[in-house]
Amino acid sequence: MLTIAQEIFHAIVAHAKRDHPDEACGVVAGPEGSDRPERFIPMVNAAGSPTFYEFDSTELLRLYKEMDARDEEPVVVYHSHTATEAYPSRTDIGLASEPNAHYVLVSTREHGNSEGPVEFRSYRIIDGVVTEEEVTIVPLTNPQQTEEASTP
Amino acid sequence: MAIEVRIPTILRTYTDGAKAVEGAGGTLSALIDDLEGNHPGIKDRLVEDKSGSIDLRRFVNVYINDEDVRFIGGLDAELADGDQVVVLPAVAGG
Repeated sequence: MLTIAQEIFHAIVAHAKRDHPDEACGVVAGPEGSDRPERFIPMVNAAGSPTFYEFDSTELLRLYKEMDARDEEPVVVYHSHTATEAYPSRTDIGLASEPNAHYVLVSTREHGNSEGPVEFRSYRIIDGVVTEEEVTIVPLTNPQQTEEASTP
Repeated sequence: MAIEVRIPTILRTYTDGAKAVEGAGGTLSALIDDLEGNHPGIKDRLVEDKSGSIDLRRFVNVYINDEDVRFIGGLDAELADGDQVVVLPAVAGG
């Protein structure tokens, strides 16, 4: 299950809407081994494409060095689909290389840049096997309160 | 001194979980062969056969002292003792 703070959920959705019709992408980093997505890091889609995304290679290195220095890992890797459902494509599955990450897919196909709900779904992708998981949105980022807030 | 190679999570199955290993070689190509000797199977995850010649896989990024090797000669990029090599799979999809 993915437990994510409301602000971060909204930030991911806003990024996806802003970049529509191109795919948006980014990560949410968290302390290594914690499974807590805490630090929202939107990335530039170097492919600038409605059907593909890729982190710029220089920014990718900067991101990983920064996470390494802070003892963080990518807890969430997110991207948007702008014309199809929020389900990993064959390419997404083939290129997924973070076995510990939650792969979040947002689909903006219904409302594009406009207000309105989006599909927001989360998956584990390990060795080519996709497993969808529940998403729980909690009101606060404060780690101490997250646990209580998830079981209202 | 040797060359430090940072290994991404997905490839740590080849390094007994180690985040970094040491290698040797005057070029990236030689370093990868050296790594393969100690960590069998890792080479195939880094390079592929592209119409008869061996090249880096499209979705694997390798950096020497923070420079993407694609801009400094690819597999022929030169290495010296004390260099740091970082391997990172692309974060990409469709």
